[in-house]
Amino acid sequence: MNKKIKQKEFIIEKTLLLFAGITIITTIAIILTLFGESFLFFREIPIWDFLTGTTWAPTLKPRSFGVLPLLVGTLMVALFSSIISLPLGLGSAIYLSEYSNKKARKVIKPILELLAGIPSIVYGFFALTFITPIIKQILPQTEIFNVASASIAIGIMTLPMVASLCEDAMMAIPDSVRNGAYALGSTKMEVALKIILPSTATSIASAFVLAISRAIGETMIVAIAAGQSPMLNFNPLASIQTMTGFMVNLSLGDIQQGTIEYKTLFAVGAMLFMITLIMNLIAKGILHRNKVRY
Amino acid sequence: METFQQKNIRKRKLKNSILHIVLASIIVFSIIMLLLLLYQVFSEGLSRLSWSFITSMPSRFPDRAGIASALAGSIWTIGLTIIFSVPLGVGTALYLEEYANQKSWWTKLLQLNIANLAGVPSIVYGMLGLAVFVKFLHFNRSILAGALTLTLLILPVIIVASQEAIKSVPSPLKEGSYALGVSKWQTIVGVIVPYAAPGILTGSILAVSRAMGEAAPLIMIGAAGYISFLPKSPLDSFTVLPIQIFNWTSRPQAEFAEIAAAGIIVLLVLLLSMNAIAIVLRNKYQNRMD
Repeated sequence: MNKKIKQKEFIIEKTLLLFAGITIITTIAIILTLFGESFLFFREIPIWDFLTGTTWAPTLKPRSFGVLPLLVGTLMVALFSSIISLPLGLGSAIYLSEYSNKKARKVIKPILELLAGIPSIVYGFFALTFITPIIKQILPQTEIFNVASASIAIGIMTLPMVASLCEDAMMAIPDSVRNGAYALGSTKMEVALKIILPSTATSIASAFVLAISRAIGETMIVAIAAGQSPMLNFNPLASIQTMTGFMVNLSLGDIQQGTIEYKTLFAVGAMLFMITLIMNLIAKGILHRNKVRY
Repeated sequence: METFQQKNIRKRKLKNSILHIVLASIIVFSIIMLLLLLYQVFSEGLSRLSWSFITSMPSRFPDRAGIASALAGSIWTIGLTIIFSVPLGVGTALYLEEYANQKSWWTKLLQLNIANLAGVPSIVYGMLGLAVFVKFLHFNRSILAGALTLTLLILPVIIVASQEAIKSVPSPLKEGSYALGVSKWQTIVGVIVPYAAPGILTGSILAVSRAMGEAAPLIMIGAAGYISFLPKSPLDSFTVLPIQIFNWTSRPQAEFAEIAAAGIIVLLVLLLSMNAIAIVLRNKYQNRMD
């Protein structure tokens, strides 16, 4: 190789390395901005008051910065949406990998991909204009903005993700394992529940944690359908506010850098980031433990 | 009389059938939900859809309101996002697969970091964009700031998809190229990228269509204002379709729900045609490779 080509190769390699470095810079920038502004926030508001306070009124005087109502709202949405996404996602995965034939799979998989590809703003619209009126008809005391409606929409949106992650794990189990069980006279149900489920348990658990993490970070559906009232209550038919809902609502107005509103935005954002990061790391940790190998 | 064994088999078969029906109805539930969602959007929005809806600016009056500025904003933002994110994403994937030492701590850190970035909620990228692009670099609430924010958001998705595609290139092909004395970069351009192109394209288009449907990060950087002009440069302020839809959905009047639905139809048509392009391109390349 002559010198010129070598030089060119060197420059290309270093350029690509620089590209890869951007992902590291992104992480550092996220941490610096979120925690930098949060640090300024916690110089004004004691962290203990933030984490244990039960009144959230960062823009109205007298201001109050107890984040518990937002946290409870977020966790309620995560809980109720996972009642839909986890069992239905797992069920879909079992059906796809153990029961359906190739033809059915060819039809069902694109439908699930379509469900996963619809923007969350559309689910928000669906929740507000379709799901909420139905819930109101069954339970008239339901408020227009409520946890249940938003949670159902998030559940439907995250179902395909659970299904796809679980199905991938199940499909990775070789057919010889299934055929062995069939040869002993097992029914499909026995194969699915006694062989496939136990050996994919870690992947399923990991998929569940990821789905809950997605629900916690989901923004537009809750901003549209769950309401903007940061009240500490546990009623799924009442309006609440989540961390993400608060962030959107505050950003719709004009907020100036250096104000307490701006810092509050980043404090809540930092908390959201920490919660989802920890859950994603847990999901990965589960996946790497006791993996059954064939 | 049935023997104990026959009874047992009958019971097990019955249980199996019940589970089969339960699982099949879960699938049917998903399909029905998709149909209901589409039905709801089209029944509300179809009557509002017209040429003037697409060419008019937003308005206080639902009868005159349109999506012209939001549509133009979406096209601008997504165009820039593609220009930034695809070279960056594919370049990073090439570095990780072809250059980096797979066993070094630096490569492992990069991989772990990319996996974690993929799980960061989109709204957090919006905060990053607000702090870095809008405030620190003084791009203000411009298309440029929005496109850069979306670029960082979808970069991990493009990287992972491209890595998968690059991994699938058979090593005899690469070795054949090296055996002819061809340099690494020429092998990448001449052998690896063409072979991996269908996978890279599909992954990139899916990632870009995700960016097109995002509202939250762009609201965070302040793109939610009332825009009644068509943007002319990357430094103009802007709004996008999902934000315009959000804006209309949050109003209580039924007319605004209808035009929100009409906006959703336009958004869904755009997303579907992008996916259709992905499928066509993938088939074309795949045929050539086979």
